[in-house]
Amino acid sequence: MSSPSKILKKDRLASFLERLLQERQVFAPVRKGEVILIREIDSPSQAVLEYRNAKESPKSVLFPQRETLFRYRAEKGKAEVDIPSGREQGRVVFGIRPCDARGLLLLDKVFGGDCRDPYYADKRANTVVVSLGCANPNPACFCLSMGGGPCSAEGSDLLLLDVGDRYVAEAGSEKGTALLEDEAFEKVDEETVALAEKVKRESKASMKPVALKEKLEEQLERLFNDPVWKDLTESCLGCGICTYLCPTCHCFDLCDEAAGTTGERIRVWDSCQFPLFTQQASGFNPRPTVKERFRQRIMHKFSYLPETQAMPGCVGCGRCVTECPVNLDIREVVTSLSEGNAR
Amino acid sequence: MRQLTTDIRSMARKLLQEKKVQVVIGFERGSMPLRSRPCFVRKEEEVDRLVWDGFCENTLAAYLPKRKEKTAIVAKGCDSRAVVELIKEKQVQRDQVILIGVPCRGMVDRSRVEARVTPGRILQAEEREDLLILKGSDFEEALSRSDFLHDSCKTCTHPNPVLHDLLAGESLDEKNQDSFSDIEIFDAMTPEERWSYLSKEVDKCIRCYACRNACPLCYCPECFVDASLPQWIGKSTDSSDTMIFHLMRAYHLAGRCVACGACERACPVGVDLRKLNRKLLKDVKDLFGYEAGLCLDEVSPLATFRPDDPEHFIVNP
Repeated sequence: MSSPSKILKKDRLASFLERLLQERQVFAPVRKGEVILIREIDSPSQAVLEYRNAKESPKSVLFPQRETLFRYRAEKGKAEVDIPSGREQGRVVFGIRPCDARGLLLLDKVFGGDCRDPYYADKRANTVVVSLGCANPNPACFCLSMGGGPCSAEGSDLLLLDVGDRYVAEAGSEKGTALLEDEAFEKVDEETVALAEKVKRESKASMKPVALKEKLEEQLERLFNDPVWKDLTESCLGCGICTYLCPTCHCFDLCDEAAGTTGERIRVWDSCQFPLFTQQASGFNPRPTVKERFRQRIMHKFSYLPETQAMPGCVGCGRCVTECPVNLDIREVVTSLSEGNAR
Repeated sequence: MRQLTTDIRSMARKLLQEKKVQVVIGFERGSMPLRSRPCFVRKEEEVDRLVWDGFCENTLAAYLPKRKEKTAIVAKGCDSRAVVELIKEKQVQRDQVILIGVPCRGMVDRSRVEARVTPGRILQAEEREDLLILKGSDFEEALSRSDFLHDSCKTCTHPNPVLHDLLAGESLDEKNQDSFSDIEIFDAMTPEERWSYLSKEVDKCIRCYACRNACPLCYCPECFVDASLPQWIGKSTDSSDTMIFHLMRAYHLAGRCVACGACERACPVGVDLRKLNRKLLKDVKDLFGYEAGLCLDEVSPLATFRPDDPEHFIVNP
């Protein structure tokens, strides 16, 4: 094994989290009613690590649905502006799935690349990602087909693999290697390494591949005006579930929320599936129906992002597959587009 | 179930053959176990895509407004009630739509089923009479389907289509009575308790608008939440904005909601929309003796007035 790895026995996990909590904000899967969400915890016992995947992606830790960019107050020709602080606070995103960890890599390219977004990038610079490999991927999962894998370490500073009473912890970066210095970690033995390799192999083998055309981005460009889109999107309700639950969707809107002479400029998630997303001041809308809006979502993920960021805007987490109210399955959509015809 | 599928297919085939409709909206097998999904059939040779089973949970009537073609629609009791409302509200022309009515035994709530077999993976699900047979990677289990129905199906009092042109299968006994016991408990709370309950629920909302878009009666060309001039409510998940969205939507549906449950099924985060909608269903029933979507020539109580209309809830709420 090339990356530094150690063992974390499950009965030592709580003490490890306890020490993390002393220095940083820790975000982990927690149970809220009937669903699992990634939320800040204040005690190790809140973290739920026996779970499939969180209902919402962890992007909100770094890119919250509502974020104050600045507050302002106007008085007698003077304006005061106050930018919220606290972005440099150290964070640990603990126990997320490898697909979601990989999703952060796309957000890094968008918010941390040529146009550095301080609200995202400052938080990101002080964030450590500890992911938890999937021994038992969901039927809707297709990370493998999107270049990742159920136990992929890409995007994770530390990857934990469950091998019974212990985890094998593989560091994927210097930040991860530093975490391995904690006293909870023990030296790894060959037998445990073999168990971890078995988990990796078997989880990979249990996944059904999605038949994607090579250079799908070019095919999609050719199909832009094809009638296929109408058939593919006829059942789409035009809601925002797929984009809001997606670990890589990152479109937002800027709004002012003002009361009298004070107010806030906020950034809120927006969705290409909503009519208002492209509505122009004149009233004209270049994407007037779900057909154009759905096409935009697919084009952005599988054509534009591969070209501009060298990475598709999909990590195969399967949330849009399981949560779509009408089971409009993105795997079938890209498969039929790969074949160049309707499903 | 199999017979119903056969009936639906032969009806659809005939309608398309005789060019009575251009499209049949029904259900096809979904891409995952425990799922069927809406499908649009325009060619005779495609009618065999159509299926009927316990997973046909979508309210297909939501696809009718603004549709230009002559359309046949597979309609459960709730779908047919939504079509009645849409015809009354002049969103659908009666002669533009052919209802293939299907008496409905209630649809299976897959989240309940999945919770039951966690952490196993369900690879295949099929129905045999009243049993739901699940096969997984390392298990096989037979569940009684009636224990795993959607809440809205459990309280459904109109499983048979109230309006139909064709009927697949035979009508079911309509013996179910809805006692609204959940709403009696809600009504017995103090206003503060009710507010705190609804606030907690609404705080889960991510403003994806799936509830609105899945609703067959939410067809406004421009929803008030999408208006930008003026902007009526904020776009974030601020509690008060989100609460306004849900309260306004619920009131807008008072006397129109047909209790199909499409909104609560579509919600990805489990907001208890049912409480709000059923509170208004009960109020409309108690105050005006009215249930939406049962009869084409009944005027909706909130679309008219009578001099003796109750008004104590205005004067003394």
